[in-house]
Amino acid sequence: MADTAFTSSSANQQSWMKRNKLIITPWMFLLPGILFFAVYVIIPIFQSFYYSTLDWDGLGAAEYVGMANYAELWDDDAFYVSLRNNFIWLFLYLLAIPGGLTIALLLNQKVFGIRLYKSLFFFPFVISQVVVGLVFTWFYDPTFGLLNIILGWVGLGPINVLGDEAYVTYGIIAAGLWPQTAYCMILYLTGLNAVDPEQIEAGRLDGAKRLKMLWYVVIPQLKPATFIAFVVTIIGALRSFDLISIMTNGGPFGESRVLSFYMFEVALSEYGFRMGYGAAIAVVLFLIMLVFIASFLRSMYKEEKGR
Amino acid sequence: MFPTPIEKSSPAAQLGYKILLPASLIVWLLPLIAVAVFSIKPDSDFTSGNYWGFPSSFEGLTNYGLVFGSDMPRYMLNSVLITVPTVIGCIILSSMTGFALGVYKFKANIWVFFMFVAGNFVPFQILMVPVRDLTLDLGLYNTIPGLVLFHIAFQTGFCTLFMRNFIRALPFELIEAARVEGISEVRIFWYVIMPLMKPALAALAVLIFTFIWNDYFWAVVLTQGVESQPVTAGITSFNAQFRAAYHLMSAGSIVAALPPVAMFFLMQKHFIAGLTLGAVK
Amino acid sequence: MRSYFKASVAALGLVAAMTTGASADGHALSGDLVIFSDMSNPAPRAVMEGMVERFGEMHPDLNIELTIIDREAYKTQIRNFLTANTPDVANWYAANRMRPYVDAGLFEDISDVWADEELAGLASTKGAMTLDGKQWGVPYTYYQWGVYYRKDIYEELGLNEPATFDEMKSNCQAILDSGRKCYTIGTKFLWTAGGWFDYLNMRTNGYDFHSELMAGKHKWDSDEVRATFANWRELLDMGAFVDNHTSYSWQESLPFIVSGDAAAILKGNFAVPPLREAGLDDSKLDFYQFPSINADVELAEDAPTDTFHIPSGAANKDNAKAFLKFVVSAENQTMINAGDALGQLPVNANSSVDDDKFLKEGFEMLSSNSPGGVAQFFDRDAPAEMAKVGMEGLQEFMVKPDNLDKILARLDKAASRIYK
Repeated sequence: MADTAFTSSSANQQSWMKRNKLIITPWMFLLPGILFFAVYVIIPIFQSFYYSTLDWDGLGAAEYVGMANYAELWDDDAFYVSLRNNFIWLFLYLLAIPGGLTIALLLNQKVFGIRLYKSLFFFPFVISQVVVGLVFTWFYDPTFGLLNIILGWVGLGPINVLGDEAYVTYGIIAAGLWPQTAYCMILYLTGLNAVDPEQIEAGRLDGAKRLKMLWYVVIPQLKPATFIAFVVTIIGALRSFDLISIMTNGGPFGESRVLSFYMFEVALSEYGFRMGYGAAIAVVLFLIMLVFIASFLRSMYKEEKGR
Repeated sequence: MFPTPIEKSSPAAQLGYKILLPASLIVWLLPLIAVAVFSIKPDSDFTSGNYWGFPSSFEGLTNYGLVFGSDMPRYMLNSVLITVPTVIGCIILSSMTGFALGVYKFKANIWVFFMFVAGNFVPFQILMVPVRDLTLDLGLYNTIPGLVLFHIAFQTGFCTLFMRNFIRALPFELIEAARVEGISEVRIFWYVIMPLMKPALAALAVLIFTFIWNDYFWAVVLTQGVESQPVTAGITSFNAQFRAAYHLMSAGSIVAALPPVAMFFLMQKHFIAGLTLGAVK
Repeated sequence: MRSYFKASVAALGLVAAMTTGASADGHALSGDLVIFSDMSNPAPRAVMEGMVERFGEMHPDLNIELTIIDREAYKTQIRNFLTANTPDVANWYAANRMRPYVDAGLFEDISDVWADEELAGLASTKGAMTLDGKQWGVPYTYYQWGVYYRKDIYEELGLNEPATFDEMKSNCQAILDSGRKCYTIGTKFLWTAGGWFDYLNMRTNGYDFHSELMAGKHKWDSDEVRATFANWRELLDMGAFVDNHTSYSWQESLPFIVSGDAAAILKGNFAVPPLREAGLDDSKLDFYQFPSINADVELAEDAPTDTFHIPSGAANKDNAKAFLKFVVSAENQTMINAGDALGQLPVNANSSVDDDKFLKEGFEMLSSNSPGGVAQFFDRDAPAEMAKVGMEGLQEFMVKPDNLDKILARLDKAASRIYK
C-alpha cells in the first residue's frame, strides 16, 4: 500500500503528496474499508483453510492432522446427506426466478391500488427468516396445520412435512422460496418498467403474441434483472441456515441438514466443538460457492472491459 | 408495456383480473394471515381445537401485553443498538471505498473492487470459527460492539459494490471541473460527491437496516444472553418459554417482524431502488 | 432472563422460614454472583427465580444476576459461555455428561465443598458427581422415569397396570382397539427416544450390559442390542406410538395424552406439573414402573440427576460455593422439590419427600424396587457425540424400523471413532 509515502521527510512529502495525490487519495479512502474487510473476511477465509488441517476443540492445544479431516468427510454419511440437500436447494431455489417473473407479469398493470398490491406481494421478503420459519412450521403442523386442512378438502393427506425425511427438505425450500420469489418479483417489476415499448410494438406488428412475445422480445430485455436474480438466488440457496435451524434443527434424523447447518452443528453444538472438522466442511462449501463467485466475477470483468 | 394493459382487454377479462388479484394475494399471504389471527386468539381456542375458526374472544391486548411484559422489549432494543451503528458504519466506510473505486483510475482498482464483491458472497460458515475466535480475543464476545464490528466489515462488501456503481454513473465532468478549480480531493468527496449520493445513501441505509435486523446466524454465533442478543435470536428463547402456546408465539413473531416491515412501508421507494440497482441498464 | 432481585413483600414470609439456612452460611456475602440456568420451563423457572430471591434476601449486599436460557438452546451454548463470558454458577447434568467439561478443565473441582459435613446427606449422589476421584458440582434434584398413564381410560377399558411385557402389549392392543394410541412421544429433539431405548434395553439385557454399551464396551450390532430393537419393533408394528412424533417436542406431544388420544407417556416426573396444569388431576393420571421384559434380569431405572457447577473461569467462586451449599441444604431441597414446585425428588437425605402421590411412588420405586441399578439417561451415560448419533439412529428406527441394519452399522462406525 502507500505506507512508503509517509517515511520521507515532511518537506519532500508535501510536494510528493501533491504530485501523487491522484495515486494516494484513493488508497487513503480505501484504507479503513480494506482494513475492516481484511480482518473480518479475507484473513478468516485463509484461517479456515488452516484450521481444517487441525484437530482442535477450540479450547486446548490444536494438533496438526493434515488431510485427516477431509479423509473423514469422505467417509461421513451425514456429509453426503448435507451435500445432496445443498444441491436440491440449489436447483429448486431457482424456481424463485420464473415464479418471480410470473407474479411480476401479473402485477405489471395500472389498475387502482396496484401499488399496494405490489408492496403486499413483496412483503414476505422483509420478514426475517426466523419468523418465516416459524410461520411455515405451523402451516405444516401435522395436527392443526393449514396445509393439511387444505389437503383434506381435496381428499389428500395428512402429511407430516417436517417430520418425514422424504418431504422435509422440500418443505423447507418451499418456505424459503416464499421470500425469495418476492425478491425476484421486485427485480422483474423494475426490469419490466424499462422494457422498450417500441420493441414491443414492433413485435406486435410482426404478429408476436403473448408467450412468443415474452420469450423473444421481453425476456432478452430483462437480462440484467435475470442476472441479478440468479446471483442472489444462488447465494440465498447456499446460505440456507436460518430456516433449517428454526424449522427442523436438521431433523428428522439429520435428513434436512445442509453443509452450512452441519458445519455449525459440528463446530458449535454441545455434541461438537470439532473446529477442524467444521472448518473442513466450510471449506467444501466455500469451494462450491467459489465456482459461482468466479463465474459471476468473470461476467462482471467482461462487462467492465466493455465500457 | 408488457403484458398488454388490462384495460385494453375484454370486460370479462378485466373482471377476471380484478377477482384474481385479491384472491391470489390472500393465498400468497395465507401463512401470515394465519399467524395474525393466532395472535389475537385466547388460549382456550387452542385447547378446544378451534385453530382456524373465528376467535372465540378477542385477546389481542392480553397476548401482546404478555409479549411486551417479557424480555422482548429488551431484545428489540438490542436489535436497534446493533442495527443503527452498523448502518452508520457501513455508510461511512462504503461511501469512502465507493468514491475511491468509482472515481480514480489505477491498476489495482478492479481487483480491490472484486475482492469486495467476492468477499460479499462467501458462505458465512467459512468465517465462523475465525471470527468467533477473533471476537473472543478482543473481549467482545456476547457484546453488541462485537456483533456490530463484524456486520460493518462484512456489509462493506455489498455496500462498496453498490456505492461504486452509483458513483460511476455520476457525471464525471463535475469532478473534472472541481479539480480544475483546484479543489482538494477530500473536499471534492465531501462537497461534490456526497450531496449527489443522498438517494443512494438512503437506499443503502434502509436495505442494510433490514439485512442486519433479520440476521440470525451471527447473532447465534457471537452472542448468547438477553443483554446482547437481537430479537431474531430472542424470539427463540421467548418461544421456548411459551412452547406450544401458539397465540403468544404468534404475537411475539409479529412484534419481532414489525420494525423492518414498518421501515419498508415508510421508505418503500428507497428500499426498492436499493434492491433493484442493476436490474436495469 | 436477567432479573435483579430486590426485597419484595411476598418474599418476606419465605425468608423467615429460611433463617436457619442462612445462618449456616456464617456471614452475609457481598459482591456479585452471576448464574446461568437452563430451568426455562414454567415450573422450574419459578423455582430458580425463587431460589435466587431467597438467597438474595439472606445476603442483601449480594448483587445476583440470573440468566435463564432455553433448556434446549442451553445445551449448545454451554461450551461457549464456559470459555467466554463465564458465569459463577451454571446448570448441567451429572455423570458422563459433564466429562467433556471436566476434561477440558472448564468445571471447578469443588471437593472442598463436599468435605463440608453439611453435605453428608448427599452421600447417595456423590458417585454421580465424581469423576477422577473429585467432585465437580452438586446435584439439586433427581427424578424417576416411568409410565404416566390415563387412569380413567384404563378403568374405562378394564385394564390394570402391566407387570410384564406381554401385559403391556395386550393392554396396548385394547387401547388401540378403542381408537386411541398407547403412547405419546415427541422426538423432534431426539432425547425422548433415548428414554424408550434405555428402558427396553435395561429390561431386555440388564443394567450392566446397558451401562457397558453406553461406555462403548459392546458392539451395537450384537444379538443383545438386536433383541432390544426386536422388542421395540413389536410396539412399533402395533402402531403403539402417536403419528408424526418427529415433528413435536415433548411439550407439544402432551396434548395427545391430555385430550385422551393417547393413553400414556414414558417420561420423567417433570411431566407431571404441565399435565396437572392442563387439567389431569390425580383421578385421571397415574404412574407405573416400566414392566419387566426378561425375567432373568433385575429391574433397573433411569433417574437423571440435574446439577449446579462452578465454571473454572468464574470470578466469584466463594459466593458461588455458598450458593451451592444453599441449594443442597435440607430445607431448600424439601422446598424446591415439592409437588407444587419442581415436583421431583430431593437429593439430601435429611429433606423430606413431598406428600405427593407421584413423588412417593417414585421414591419408593428407586429405593426398593430398582435392584439392578440406577442409570442417568441415554445422553448422560454415553459421551455427547455418541449420544447425538445414537439418538438420531433411535429416531430413525422409530420411523423406519427396516433400516435397523444400516443404523446399527452407522452407530458402530461412530463408536469406533468416538471411544478410541
